[in-house]
Formats: sequence, C-alpha cells, structure tokens
Amino acid sequence: MKLFNLLIPISTLLLTPIISHAEENTVNQLLRHYTDQGALIANKKQGELLWTKKFDSQRSCSACHTNNLTAFGKHQKTGKKIKPMSPSVNAKRLSNSKKVEKWFKRNCKWTMGRECTAQEKANLIVYINQPVSVKF
Amino acid sequence: MKYLVSITAIIATVVITTYPLVWGDDEYRFGEHSNHATTALLPTYKEECSSCHMAYPPELLPTRSWEKIMAGLEDHFGDNAELDAESQQLITDFLVKNSADQSNDYRSGRFSLSIASNNTPLRITETPYFKHEHDEIPNQMVSQNAEVTSFSQCQACHKNAESGSFDEHSVRIPGYGRWDD
Repeated sequence: MKLFNLLIPISTLLLTPIISHAEENTVNQLLRHYTDQGALIANKKQGELLWTKKFDSQRSCSACHTNNLTAFGKHQKTGKKIKPMSPSVNAKRLSNSKKVEKWFKRNCKWTMGRECTAQEKANLIVYINQPVSVKF
Repeated sequence: MKYLVSITAIIATVVITTYPLVWGDDEYRFGEHSNHATTALLPTYKEECSSCHMAYPPELLPTRSWEKIMAGLEDHFGDNAELDAESQQLITDFLVKNSADQSNDYRSGRFSLSIASNNTPLRITETPYFKHEHDEIPNQMVSQNAEVTSFSQCQACHKNAESGSFDEHSVRIPGYGRWDD
C-alpha cells in the first residue's frame, strides 16, 4: 500500500525529464541530421545574420517574422498574423521536424531563391531556439 | 366588363406572388440556407492552406482551377507554397471532389456557370459571379480599408466565412458596419 502511494510521485519524477526535453529532441535530431549532411558546429550569430539579411526584392526572414523572435509576425501580402518563432513563447515551434523542413524549403527558396544549406539551417535552428527572457 | 375586376384581381395576385421569384435577389429566391457551402474542410487542407490566408471553400472554383493552382505551388501568387507529394495529392483530390462544377450546392452552380469554359480563373475574386455579388462595394471599404485590404480577405467582412457561410446579413465591414443592400 505504501509503495503504491509512492507510485504517482515517482512516475512523475521519472517522466518529467522526458516531457520537458521533448522539444530538445527534435532540435537535436535536426542538428544531427544537418551534421550528417556536412554542417559544422551550429552558430547562433551566423543564424541571426542570415535571419536579418536582405535579399532581392527586399526579402528577408525578418520581413515577415520580425527581428524579435517572441513577437507576432505578419505575412507581407495577406497580413495574416504569424505566431512567434521562439519555442520559449510558442511551444509548438521546432517540435515537428517535418514541419520545420517544410517551412525551410518554402521560405529559403522564396527568400533566397535557393534551398538553405545544412549549415544555414543548423545556424538558424540554434538562433531560433535560444532561450529568451520575455519582458512583461 | 363584367369580369374585368375578377380578371384584374387574378392577374394582380399572380404578379404579386411571383414577383419575388422573378425579381428578388438570390438569397430571397433560394433561401438563406442554400447559400451555405457545406463541405467540411479536410483537416490537411485547413492546416496546410490557411497559414497565410483563410482556407477557401472548394465550392467556389471549378476543378480545372484547383488543379492548376495545386500544380503551381512553387509560385503561388508570388509565394512558395510547396507541399510534400502526399499532402499535395490528398488536398488536390479533396478540392476537385468538392469543386464548383462537381458540387450540387446552389451557389457552386452560380460560380461554375458564370465562368466561360475556356477560362481557368485562379482567383475566386476574378470570377464573374463573385464580381457581380460585390459590384456595389466601393474601394474605400475594401482596398483602401486597412482592416480589409483586398476582396481575397473574405473573413474580414464575412464573419462566418471560415465555416463556409457568406450570407449578407452576417456581413460586418470593419469601420463601416453592416452592409445594407
């Protein structure tokens, strides 16, 4: 009976690390994948530079997503609101590798006219994934 | 002379009762409920096709238009909307099956019949029926209205657009209110 009473607290303690790191697993998965494709160590600063860089026709990641990863962005043509990119404020971000790859493909091609290299993707992932302190 | 009054009365009755059917607007003639697109949106369609704009009801364009749009996602009105092959096929099938020329919905028929058979519009807003339904609305309320910007933003004025309902009575134009025909 006593042991049974401990079952719930124990299982919670055991499961917590798994749940809280779920997101990290997707990120790590992606980073490992990019390393396999030839990327070197992911660089947050390079990610930021790419994010804000202006390409042809004034296209850039920040044009729709803004420079602030915790803020809402806006589709430049339709005006549709885009939820914040930072997983710190939007838990769904970087949690599904299929979706991440889908958006990389579309948005890199549209912004830069080509797909992002594995290095660029790795840099962008660590830039987006950085912990952010949100001001209230 | 004897029957003049009765004949006049009969004619008047006939005219009065059939007037709405002949001269009334679409909604009056066919009832509010027949203006509703009723297809439930395929979840994949809703998810993949409402990131940048609302997921438009498939009943508003003919098969050939949807097929053309889905075959050209790499340049989707200036944006890249590429999909994985499986999702692309699923969505295309859904749109085609429920398109304007395959649907029994009254409004689909209006859309479909208004489009010349040698024309493949890519925009709902460029179909003759759409234009006809919106021809009295000034630019001031749409393109010059920061809260609307374009007729392609159905949901800006049609508050139930996302569930396929476009009836006039639920229209609220931001900054202007109801639309009084």
